[in-house]
Amino acid sequence: MIHRVMLALAAVSALVFGVVAGGSALAQDVIKIGAIAPKTGPLAGGATVTQWPNVELWVSQINARGGLNVGGTQMTIELVEYDDKTNPGEHIKLAQRLAEQDKVDFVVAPYGTGFNIAAAPIYGRYGYPMIAVSAITDKMDELTARYPNLFFTLGTTTAFIEGVTEILVEQREAGNIGNRVAMVNVADAFGIELAEIARERLPAAGFEIVYDKSYPLGTPDLSPVMKGAKETGADSFIAWSYPPDSFALAEQAIIEDLDVSVYYSAVATSFPAFGNAYGNRINNVLGAGGTNVDDPKIAEYRNAHLEITGKVADYWASANTYAALQILEQAIEGADSLDREVVTQYVKDNSFDTVMGTLTFENNVSHTYWSVGQWQDGVFRGVKGVGVEGAVPVRVKDGWAE
Amino acid sequence: MIDILVSGLLLSGTYALVAMGLNLQYGVARIMNLANGEILVLGALAAFWLYTTSQISPLLTVILVIPVSFLGNWLIYRFLLTPLVRRSKSQGALEVESILATFGMTFILIGIMVSIEGGFFAYKYLSEPITILGSTTSLNRLVAFLIACLIGLVTYLWLNHTRPGVAVRAVAVSTEASGLVGINVYRMSAIAFALGGAIAAVGGVLISTFITLDASIGVVFTMKALIIVIMGGVGDIRGSIVAAAILGIVETGVATLIDPGLTLASAYFIFVLILLFRPRGIFGRRSA
Repeated sequence: MIHRVMLALAAVSALVFGVVAGGSALAQDVIKIGAIAPKTGPLAGGATVTQWPNVELWVSQINARGGLNVGGTQMTIELVEYDDKTNPGEHIKLAQRLAEQDKVDFVVAPYGTGFNIAAAPIYGRYGYPMIAVSAITDKMDELTARYPNLFFTLGTTTAFIEGVTEILVEQREAGNIGNRVAMVNVADAFGIELAEIARERLPAAGFEIVYDKSYPLGTPDLSPVMKGAKETGADSFIAWSYPPDSFALAEQAIIEDLDVSVYYSAVATSFPAFGNAYGNRINNVLGAGGTNVDDPKIAEYRNAHLEITGKVADYWASANTYAALQILEQAIEGADSLDREVVTQYVKDNSFDTVMGTLTFENNVSHTYWSVGQWQDGVFRGVKGVGVEGAVPVRVKDGWAE
Repeated sequence: MIDILVSGLLLSGTYALVAMGLNLQYGVARIMNLANGEILVLGALAAFWLYTTSQISPLLTVILVIPVSFLGNWLIYRFLLTPLVRRSKSQGALEVESILATFGMTFILIGIMVSIEGGFFAYKYLSEPITILGSTTSLNRLVAFLIACLIGLVTYLWLNHTRPGVAVRAVAVSTEASGLVGINVYRMSAIAFALGGAIAAVGGVLISTFITLDASIGVVFTMKALIIVIMGGVGDIRGSIVAAAILGIVETGVATLIDPGLTLASAYFIFVLILLFRPRGIFGRRSA
């Protein structure tokens, strides 16, 4: 019985892991890149939008132009990808497998803040440069001091709240809103951390948080939350939310006809699916992220993304994810080496020409990112950012009509 | 107060949709189907896909999904689960084996769904405000609630007032005895299992109009269904409906009056409380 169960489990795991092996090119002409991120589990929805298509795009573009030039040799990329099932333990096991069995040369950083932090020690032990994107925390200095191979590119928790606070202050000065803010958060590490900082920052800027509630991840009915927020009569609504509930909150706001001038929901507001689902109703909704679609580099990148992966790139971390891969690419070619230590040092010492503009690392942290974006006539444009150009003025939310 | 009642009852409709299918599968066919949630999500995927590619209304998808899911689940029972049923010597052994088999099935189903759509099944259908007794809610939730009521009623009438329905209930009470009186136990179990799958898939279609799902979320629904089925009493469709109603109203009440953060805790509290006083669920029978 036990034996059979083990056999069945082995068969299932072989199916699930689905190793994508490349052709039979000669070993020295191939760079092996490992990528582990969720394809199933709670974070799979986000990773499928932001992480995987960019890995696919990058590998196919590099191989289409004949590979990377390392010391005069053209080397194509062989991608080894695994599904971590949104399980950190699984991720660490697979990371070890990448290093020991598959012997990959470099890795794509994991998806999600928790995963990047959890996997930093194992990737660090093998010396892989780890250019994290979808990882937002205020503990960057502490982490990069401990793991010198770890780089951050998407900003800090505080920067995100500062972006929102700035908008609130501006709108109050313009006379569009008062001091009353309704705030909700998902009861998950991300939402709790953001809400805690916001509880200090917003009152410090003279705002009164008149509604402050959390709800469990995956709550099937958020109507009590929205009704409660509406009752307070606040003219700003802030949600530190995750993908499924960002959608659900927008839906409830439409149903309740939430009368606010500023509406913000955090993660997934920047997903094309959000705009597709709610169309004009979510015009002028604010969210985490943003991008400058008018930048020719971004426009070119978004076209390639659509053409090769068949999907519209999200309006936030997609470009950063692609930029992180460009950094890895330029560092390998620039260092002319597959030596991880040499490449890591190259990343620290140089600047990189990417779709996000010229990126450099200061103590392993890049300070070029969008923090707040807004849906404006079908496009999610960056309205607040750090080190980025092309921010458009914030508009006032005016009803939820079609 | 009216708000709590209206929102709570509508949420109950959602929960009943989630649980009725599993109740038939577990109560009658004795298959503890861990892939029940995935079947539900498969229905949601069908609705999303048909709506976004060819603008087919989810209500039409419901009609489409019933025969397809019935057939699919019948085939699963016939070819995947019948061998387990035949070789299991006891109820307990069948439960363990069906848990393992259907757990494996979840991976296959998730894999298939991820290959079709790995992102969110986000679309908007009937999300128009509607006022009931002065309380605002959405039309899609109301539609889901009404169809849940209809499914509950039809299933209840079928089980109690038709010959095959009575046979299905007999199988739920005792497989040995119903076999002895000439009921084709395998056939009845297959029908119950397939029907359960069809209800789950219909539930998925309806739920997808107001909750944004993704390929991996099935387990959340399986868990909820399990709680409701056990709370209401295994094998009794009335139990699932009553348990769903209690859960929906309590969760909404707690979210409105106390704190939305406590909804999950309150659901489990009620679950424990009911099991403490009625270990076999609200409508549970004492086993022979």
